Amino acid sequence: MEYEKTLVMGNVAMAEAAVRAGCRFYAGYPITPQNEVSEYLAKRLPEAGGVFVQAESELAAINMVFGAASTGARAMTSSSSPGISLMQEAISYLAAAQVPCLIANIMRGGPGLGNIQGAQSDYFQATRGGGHGDYRLIVLAPWSVQEMYDLTVRAFELGDHYRNPVLLLADGILGQMAEAIEFREPAKKKSVLKPWALTGCAGRKPNVIRTLYLKEKDALEEKNIELQAKYEKITSELQLSETRFGDDAEIGVIAYGTPARIAHSAVKQAREAGVKVGLFRPITLWPFPARELRKLAARCRKLLVVEMSQGQMIEDVRLARIPATEVDPKIEFLGRGGGWYPKPKELLAKILEIAKS
Amino acid sequence: MTPEEKTIRQGRMHYCPVCGHSIAQRLIGEVMDELGIRTRTIGTAPVGCAVLLYDYFNCDIIECPHGRIPAVATGIKRMQPEKIVFTYGGDGDLLSIGLAETIHCANRGENITMFFINNAVYGMTGGQMAPTTLIGQKTITTPEGRIAATTGAPLRICEMLKTLVRPVYIERVAVHDAHHVERTRQAIRKAFLNQINGNGFSFVEILSMCPTYWRMGGKDACQFVGNEMMSYFPIEKFRDASE
Repeated sequence: MEYEKTLVMGNVAMAEAAVRAGCRFYAGYPITPQNEVSEYLAKRLPEAGGVFVQAESELAAINMVFGAASTGARAMTSSSSPGISLMQEAISYLAAAQVPCLIANIMRGGPGLGNIQGAQSDYFQATRGGGHGDYRLIVLAPWSVQEMYDLTVRAFELGDHYRNPVLLLADGILGQMAEAIEFREPAKKKSVLKPWALTGCAGRKPNVIRTLYLKEKDALEEKNIELQAKYEKITSELQLSETRFGDDAEIGVIAYGTPARIAHSAVKQAREAGVKVGLFRPITLWPFPARELRKLAARCRKLLVVEMSQGQMIEDVRLARIPATEVDPKIEFLGRGGGWYPKPKELLAKILEIAKS
Repeated sequence: MTPEEKTIRQGRMHYCPVCGHSIAQRLIGEVMDELGIRTRTIGTAPVGCAVLLYDYFNCDIIECPHGRIPAVATGIKRMQPEKIVFTYGGDGDLLSIGLAETIHCANRGENITMFFINNAVYGMTGGQMAPTTLIGQKTITTPEGRIAATTGAPLRICEMLKTLVRPVYIERVAVHDAHHVERTRQAIRKAFLNQINGNGFSFVEILSMCPTYWRMGGKDACQFVGNEMMSYFPIEKFRDASE
């Protein structure tokens, strides 16, 4: 199907995608660089029969989402790094109670109050839990405004399918950048039944959403085993990634989000200079697409991880259990923290240097 | 009405003897039965002694993070405006860690019904000072009695909420004797009716006994509510714009 292209910011693309995916509740607290989300939804959601609430804090925002999503509604919040830190307790509850929702982190520089430039230094927080307890979020990483749109739609579908909160993890550049995109209508799917939702107990037994297991012996451990089984299922079913120029690559560049865009340019330029280099772009950060990475890495003698941080995803690359073949690739890193990104020229120089070594 | 159709389930509650929770919860359940709203009600359980609310209430319940009851309830009510949403929480939950949520929820005038159990102490964690602990009252974190100079004065939430424009009903009641229990029942009823009729935000503070962490017998604990607590926290209807 053909769609007209519209020029929009990433934040707006995400907000519009949420509405089209059936999201009917948004609560958020102002923080740069994601304020366009609430600005857009304050007008758009009521038009669509939904509810927009400017919450008194990020703590309240995520807990309003907890309440709204507990009734079976599609609900979301968005924030940026420090605000996402404030939400971590409730995110742990959402994961424990298996209440699906969308949380968007349009990352800015950290730690602390940091700055308002785009960054990727919340990778650990996003993929390792952030909140307390053994839990996982499905983490999606767009690299374009079109993907801000597409992955938002996908996030709601995945959340309902797996009964799990989903985190959309995008650097601030993606939120602020405008690109021409297609507002693709989400495929009409049968709505997911939510027999667990709180809607009043007329005609059924009462539903209870809780995360405390105080009285029943072993119940909490059993709950943890149940959650882990789900996480294993997600890990085997949902490793999304994209590989470009991978077939004959001897060097593999690994990046997500904006650095993947920069890496894509640098890889193409290096190709023109005769270097056999490929790009690997994780789309799910959890589960980390280790299977596809291993395929590429099996042919490479060097891997280069590029991030807008001091090096966080690189740990997942190391953990991807790349088998020691005869080439046994060395893992190198190029990253910048504090709200900066490696420049295309810098990255090209690094690839050429690696190619010579 | 068969026992299965009643809001409060058959069986024992885990609360200590003379604890106000069991009285307050039974009253809420009985009023829900009178109004016939059990099957369209969604309740919230707090963190603290009353966390096991869902063991006693035969209706949909969500257990909320500490302090975030009013935010969770807001999300539920906005998505299920035809349902009846009540919240139940104590002094630590609503007045300490969740004071911002309590005030902002009231200030938005969410059409929900909030029950606040004020027993002037943290029960579940072993008897620490609460925001409502009286001056001079001994707790495990005020071993010499609460001193205003270092810990502030007990917080009167009804008086604070009265400064807001949006709440329609604010009343403080108590459950230490039969007369006040009956008055509490009427307040609970009014607070639910306000929501049913779409009037707006209702808040009922219930002065309540905690003999265990007040280190008192049951009779003394009831007298403590009637004398000490009621002289600082007056029994009063602070706002009734429900008509």
